Amino acid sequence: MKGKTLNLKLKVWRQKSATAQGKFETYEVSNISTEGSFLEMMDILNEQIISNGGDPVAFDHDCREGICGMCSLYINGHAHGPDEDITTCQLHMRKFTDGDTITIEPWRSAGFPVVKDLIVDRSAFDKILQAGGFVSVNTGGIPDGNAIPIPKEDADEAMDSASCIGCGACVASCKNGSAMLFVSAKVSQLALLPQGRVEAARRAKSMVAKMDELGFGNCTNTGACEVECPKNISITNIARLNREFLSAKLKD
Amino acid sequence: MATLDSKIPAGDIAQKWENYKAHQKLVNPANKRKLDVIVVGSGLAGGAAAASLGELGFNVKCFCYQDSPRRAHSIAAQGGINAAKNYPNDGDSVHRLFYDTVKGGDYRAREANVHRLAEVSNSIIDQCVAQGVPFAREYGGLLDNRSFGGAQVSRTFYAKGQTGQQLLLGAYGALNRQIAKGTVKMFNRNEMMDVVVIDGKARGIITRNLVTGEIESHFGHAVIIATGGYGNVYFLSTNAMGSNVSAAWKTYKKGAFFGNPCYVQIHPTCIPVHGEFQSKLTLMSESLRNDGRVWAPKKKEDAEAIRAGKKRPEDLSDDDRDFYLERRYPAFGNLVPRDVASRAAKERCDAGYGVEAGEAVYLDFKYAIQRLGKDVVEARYGNLFQMYEKITDDNPYQTPMKIYPAIHYTMGGIWVDYDLQTTIPGLFAAGEANFSDHGANRLGASALMQGLADGYFVLPYTVQNYLADELHTPRIDPAKSADFKKAADEVKGNINKLLSIKGKQSVDSFHKRLGKIMWDKVGMGRTKEGLTEAISEIQKLRVEFWKDVRIPGDANEMNVELEKANRVADFIELGELMARDALHREESCGGHFREEFQTEEGEAKRQDDKFLYVGAWEFKGIDQEPVLHKEALEFVYCELKQRNYK
Repeated sequence: MKGKTLNLKLKVWRQKSATAQGKFETYEVSNISTEGSFLEMMDILNEQIISNGGDPVAFDHDCREGICGMCSLYINGHAHGPDEDITTCQLHMRKFTDGDTITIEPWRSAGFPVVKDLIVDRSAFDKILQAGGFVSVNTGGIPDGNAIPIPKEDADEAMDSASCIGCGACVASCKNGSAMLFVSAKVSQLALLPQGRVEAARRAKSMVAKMDELGFGNCTNTGACEVECPKNISITNIARLNREFLSAKLKD
Repeated sequence: MATLDSKIPAGDIAQKWENYKAHQKLVNPANKRKLDVIVVGSGLAGGAAAASLGELGFNVKCFCYQDSPRRAHSIAAQGGINAAKNYPNDGDSVHRLFYDTVKGGDYRAREANVHRLAEVSNSIIDQCVAQGVPFAREYGGLLDNRSFGGAQVSRTFYAKGQTGQQLLLGAYGALNRQIAKGTVKMFNRNEMMDVVVIDGKARGIITRNLVTGEIESHFGHAVIIATGGYGNVYFLSTNAMGSNVSAAWKTYKKGAFFGNPCYVQIHPTCIPVHGEFQSKLTLMSESLRNDGRVWAPKKKEDAEAIRAGKKRPEDLSDDDRDFYLERRYPAFGNLVPRDVASRAAKERCDAGYGVEAGEAVYLDFKYAIQRLGKDVVEARYGNLFQMYEKITDDNPYQTPMKIYPAIHYTMGGIWVDYDLQTTIPGLFAAGEANFSDHGANRLGASALMQGLADGYFVLPYTVQNYLADELHTPRIDPAKSADFKKAADEVKGNINKLLSIKGKQSVDSFHKRLGKIMWDKVGMGRTKEGLTEAISEIQKLRVEFWKDVRIPGDANEMNVELEKANRVADFIELGELMARDALHREESCGGHFREEFQTEEGEAKRQDDKFLYVGAWEFKGIDQEPVLHKEALEFVYCELKQRNYK
């Protein structure tokens, strides 16, 4: 069996509820295997807190394989922690060294208010997509899937944009709290495909308007979002969104 | 008492669904908005059903426990979705997909349902393409297909290794469109706590708001349960951490029968367990078996040397490698169905040829890289390889992947008739939550197909057929209904009971103990003795849970431990029923392997003369034995055979 064990100090953001005042609490965990995941380390912490009669740390997580987008956490100043191209649930303890102090915070952004401890409310993302992040087709009565050939390059590029998991790391990493990477990924995916092209202009305008309304900031091209995105969504999507948005506005 | 009437329409198998649709009852457009439908779950089945029923004009309420419907665990399906398009011109057809699915399920599914599934499979692909699902394409611009376990044709459509994600996001888009239109109201971070049955019909649900802890009541003329499977009864599975049986289990305790609970799927290619603190298992897509070769060391001393860290798998020559699937099943090779591949891995490891801690075999891409080049392998599986490397710190381009079977999917579930209606009128079950289409074993790429078939193309018809007779049922105001109040009080009472235990052991510690009993005795190999022990051990665990579980915090706040405790309490009860079902089924079929019933070559041996039926269990009380009902299975279009993949 490979791997070592670590003793760590954790500074964890604790906040009882959305309206309560929050603060950092410090905990110590020991004998953490480097083969375990970061969230398994959090499980061990919570077992320890429960057995000491305390209230465990609330954090969002679900699939624990990097695809559902539910987990978040700002770890040592990075969304999803120190490793690249992964979500927090895929982060493993081998990325830390014995004796480390790890600071764990929730996403901090005006668009994502804290619900409890490390859990934030990301329903704004749902609302942005409800504003037009779809193709307006009903179930049934659809032509054959091969009726419209789509160049492989376009399909592949659409797939790359569609890889967004809606975790919110882009917003949390952006000094302006902008949701442009998230919005642009959906706008790009659908604009690249003939099925989505039909209402591309309407979609871009409507989603951008909703994003502004919900209090997300502007994009100033710092590129922090792209760096922290666990799915490598490229900021070229933002350039495409800007093109789509401008050409839609010009038609007004 | 409810009885089992599967309500299969008359006529030739290929005409049944057409006949059904031609004669079903309809609700006129002006009346649809007067009818309320509750959908619990927002995955492929629930999300697609909520969106499609909303489009039709029904008044839909949809519930999920996650923070957004997009998180449903359908999102984690990697490999693909089957359809009988026959685009590759390799001999596929609706009949062949139907036949393969019935055979793959080891002749324990209902023919009529499976045929309908195969019929609507093609519409699903069309629907998803129209939604902007970026399926993989050929250079000519047409859709690409690949082969998948258990089939000799290439009928699987895919979007990289993220097919479930893309299909779910398609359904989520359709759902979002209806939410914006106001036909669907979405309740995130809400968990169903019970179903409300009034005068024998499902009339609504009780929910807990997971943020505030409030207990709320919702009326519906019909209720659809689409809450997925119950693999987490084993604690370790490929399911999401929150995946649970509770919604389905509450309906069972209110009178819905539970079908074939012992049929669980153990997926052959998961990353092996690495330690006591492990919280879940990660699947490596079945598609990897298209190009990866499965092997174990041929000599025990090599296996021992590898386990001891004295040798590396790369050190073994081809002659020292036992490609046991290719050896045992030359016709299907590495592409045998999941149950067969899983048992073969267990057989090698039990015999002492396992690696890692003794419970792992290899999935090797060396040969594919030699044949196709690294770039092609990377294009096909790059994201899976990355996922593997992040978890294990091994590079699968250089060293073979280590894999071992893990609990992945549950074929059993709430018993439903052809309409997907349970034994409680007005209560429907869809997707993995029902028992219907996969028999005793599910083929790869069939879960996505079934979830979307149920949601897009079956429920919109069958639920409407039911609702046509409900037009004159006035909406019930839960605040003025004694039945709703009683149900809500029961839920509150149960929560207070859990919180008042104030014991010493955490919820997870009970869950882990349950999981160990289940995996050891109700897992890949089952015996009469083990199952009997499991029943009594689980009963004892249940008593201990209700005496000694520790749940910090209060009911009226976000309380994650309380959520888990509610779910684990149900898993414990379910575990006992699974063991009972497995004990009663004295045969081996699909994922249910009773060691007493195997051929000389170690294959599953069915007992068709005794067990050619669906076992549907009726709840009789927590300390009472449940009652078994049997739905006889008839095979008119598929000849019963010993499955053979040699």
